[in-house]
Amino acid sequence: MVGHLLEVKDLEVKFALRFGDLTAIDGISFILDKKEKLGLVGESGAGKSVTGFSIINLISKPGYISGGSVTLDGVKLNDLTDSEMREIRGNKISMIFQDPMMTLNPVLTIATQMTETVHAHRNVSKNDAMDIALDKLKKVYIPSPEKRLFQYPHECSGGMRQRIVVAIALLTNPALIIADEPTTALDVTIQAGITDLLSELCETDDMGLILITHDLAVVSQVTEKIAVMYAGKIIETGLTEDIIKNPRHPYTQGLIGSIPGTQEMGKRLTQIKGMMPTLTDIPKGCAFHPRCDIGEQICRETTPLLESVDGEKRLIACHIAGV
Amino acid sequence: MNTWQRFNNSYFFYSFKRDPVAIASFTIFIFLVGISFLAPVVAPFNPYDTSTIDIMDSELPPNWMEEGDDRFILGTDIQGRDLLSTMLYGLRTSVIIGIGAVLFQAFLGIIVGLTAGYLGGKIDAFLMRIADIQFSIPYLIVAIIASAVFQIAFGVDRFEALALPLLVIIIGISEWPKYARTVRASVLGERNKEYVEAARVIGLNRRLIMYRHILPNTMTPVLVISTIQVAQAVMSEAALSFLGLGMPITKPSLGSLINAGFEYVFSGSWWITLFPGILLVLFTLVIILFGDWLRDVMNPKLYKG
Amino acid sequence: MEKNNGLLTIKNLTKHFDISGGLLDQLSFSNGKISRKRTVVKAVNDVSFSIQPGETLSVVGESGCGKSTLARTVLGLYPPNSGEIYYRGDRIDTLSSKEMLPYRAKMQMIFQDPYASLNPRMTVARTLEEPVVFHNKSISNDEVQKKVEDVMEQVGVDPKWVDRYPHEFSGGQRQRISIARALMVDPEFVVADEPVSALDVSIQAQILNLMMDAQEKRGLTYLFITHDLSVVKHISTRVAVMYLGTLCELATVRELFDSRRHPYTKALLSAIPILGERKPKHIKLKGEVPTPINLPPGCIFHGRCEYVNDRCKEEKPKIRVLDSGAQVACHAVEEGRI
Repeated sequence: MVGHLLEVKDLEVKFALRFGDLTAIDGISFILDKKEKLGLVGESGAGKSVTGFSIINLISKPGYISGGSVTLDGVKLNDLTDSEMREIRGNKISMIFQDPMMTLNPVLTIATQMTETVHAHRNVSKNDAMDIALDKLKKVYIPSPEKRLFQYPHECSGGMRQRIVVAIALLTNPALIIADEPTTALDVTIQAGITDLLSELCETDDMGLILITHDLAVVSQVTEKIAVMYAGKIIETGLTEDIIKNPRHPYTQGLIGSIPGTQEMGKRLTQIKGMMPTLTDIPKGCAFHPRCDIGEQICRETTPLLESVDGEKRLIACHIAGV
Repeated sequence: MNTWQRFNNSYFFYSFKRDPVAIASFTIFIFLVGISFLAPVVAPFNPYDTSTIDIMDSELPPNWMEEGDDRFILGTDIQGRDLLSTMLYGLRTSVIIGIGAVLFQAFLGIIVGLTAGYLGGKIDAFLMRIADIQFSIPYLIVAIIASAVFQIAFGVDRFEALALPLLVIIIGISEWPKYARTVRASVLGERNKEYVEAARVIGLNRRLIMYRHILPNTMTPVLVISTIQVAQAVMSEAALSFLGLGMPITKPSLGSLINAGFEYVFSGSWWITLFPGILLVLFTLVIILFGDWLRDVMNPKLYKG
Repeated sequence: MEKNNGLLTIKNLTKHFDISGGLLDQLSFSNGKISRKRTVVKAVNDVSFSIQPGETLSVVGESGCGKSTLARTVLGLYPPNSGEIYYRGDRIDTLSSKEMLPYRAKMQMIFQDPYASLNPRMTVARTLEEPVVFHNKSISNDEVQKKVEDVMEQVGVDPKWVDRYPHEFSGGQRQRISIARALMVDPEFVVADEPVSALDVSIQAQILNLMMDAQEKRGLTYLFITHDLSVVKHISTRVAVMYLGTLCELATVRELFDSRRHPYTKALLSAIPILGERKPKHIKLKGEVPTPINLPPGCIFHGRCEYVNDRCKEEKPKIRVLDSGAQVACHAVEEGRI
């Protein structure tokens, strides 16, 4: 059987807090193939970053994975020991964060940081490691990479740093890149360059990409698939084009409607009333019902399941719009 | 939601309830302060009342020892005063000096730190250099010179009456730069925040912005260092009194008690020094332990909801 | 640009920051000589425009282009190094803080970070009461309470929460309270510095709608500072594009988005990700933004511009008003090369 690159099944993450356990991720599932790009979209608190971290099993305490499975290339990551997981984390999955300085060490040169990563995962000579580093810097279009190698992170601009972070992520030829808001801290002109770069790399290097972001516009440019998250659940998922053109879930509709620039200038934007519930008081039934305009009695009582509509590709979790 | 409920539900109170060290140290602290201020009521004798003192009772050991006297649980000192009562009165003096000195330090330090931090520039440089100079002079030297000068100026008799406020001032002056630095650092962090800009947009003058907006937001670190500073001040006072520069033996603090007993340690009367010493260590220890816990809780970086 | 016809007019406004520190930091030793060098950040350079009553003028640009400094200079939070600021024809940049007070009540500001813009030690009631009482000492307590209630209702925060502290509110609600504080003194002119950048999309829409409602009801004039071009497109009447402290182009929002002129504006607008538009061809700018400490001579954009010629490298382009009313500072546009 030709498996998928990544298969996340019923993943559940909880946080053990003083007043009991909080469910941050409530049974989410998705699959990703090689060269495929998935956008994980949602507002802050929806659980998108936690999902990213739980895939590589890097949830910081008091969080823990309480159920479900993550399978990468046929290997079930849940069963691995810590050291085996570390191996996977470096070699097969790389992560890119919003703030490049989270990845870069300000007191080491870029060359040191890059060769260190290479040495940690591969048994190569110093010169070879340097060559690999240089090669990756070229790949992310860094001008005069030979010079950059011996600079410190603070000598580079924000956009350049994020490119270097991408280059570091590529060092071990990963099969999957998880990018958590990689462009949020950057200016538009630089942002466009980074998103282009990421989609190009997936194509050339046979990688899968999970793009975690709050920005639907960015996702719509890069990815083929979207999963919209709300209060720890995926509430709508499908092909990017379909979802953007024809959102079915009321939350997705509201989210797209509230993006300025898509509607007539000066008109009021479609707004979703209220705000996302905090993890401590997720409402009973459909978590979205207090903000929903089409909600009915059933929404207050039963949690809707993620079910397919329009054939295989589109899944939504809604009692009303799903029928 | 009233203030008490707010406090009851707060993270602060929650972590207090869960930390046995914090509870224990706070309870002991309150107990010690309580009995020292209630000394006239709870102490078996009044050591200031010379009519109750009998020189025949001097240097009696604690009551569980052979020569002990049941009236004096911890024995008596060289003048025949009940040691337990004297210690309670002494602790009260130490606490008053400690807290008084810290209030004085905080008052000076906060004004200087706030002014330096908010106004910046040359005023800042000038005030902070003064603080540096003050800080580089050991407080013992300041205290020795000051008390020598005062003793000569007022005469030994008057000096004894003035010793308490004088100690407050001496310890206060030698430690204010700590407050000034802490407050200044936190003012520098606060003054560029947007709520300060908002106050400026409203048109509030500097004084209002400094005292109404910035000052309340710098109080957390001040509170934290204050606990440690009280312990420090109590110890400074003890050290000065031990050197004979502090409280006179007629109105003993813990330090002067330790000093008075020290001469008799080798003649076998160890209790006169030991018990006040233990009390001093216990008192400063609980303050420092409580202060440590306070620092951990108040540190926003460690905050976990 | 005639004087005095707008609500607020700035002329040749320049703001530089000296970041060289103390005397010792300024001294440098080179070639056997000790020399004193000042480091000056040239945040805003020679910017002029006029805001008409009732309009929303947006200032856009990338980080470090001086847009926030411009906003704060306009409000008098930073004194300008040179240039003039007029409010309804009265020059206000030379006033003392006391003389400035009547204008303070007319000009207010909304800030970016909802977590830093409210004093954490003050309840909502105190935060909102402060500006009213400060500007109107004779106002009765009841009137203040009434006003607080009214304004809180207008911004969509339940008035029964007046005794709460900021940390008990979400980011969106705090931003509403921040807006309420600005509205408490019934201003005419509001500077909004990235008011929605820190908020989630759905909350962002709520706040933008609220701001548009307030503008309609109260006839407010906005100076809207942002880097988010989609927001700009939605909310503005006119847009000013800034690059490295200099004004590149100023036009109505329709004209700017339909027929942008300045090469920088073109690159900037082409880079906006648009929902559902896959692989847009954005103009890639070469090189990086120079530091505002060492501004390039001539046109500050010349190092990254594809239309650059020798004149651009030497002569600073002046703002020119085109037939359409748009203002552009570019030699290439002037010479008809674009």
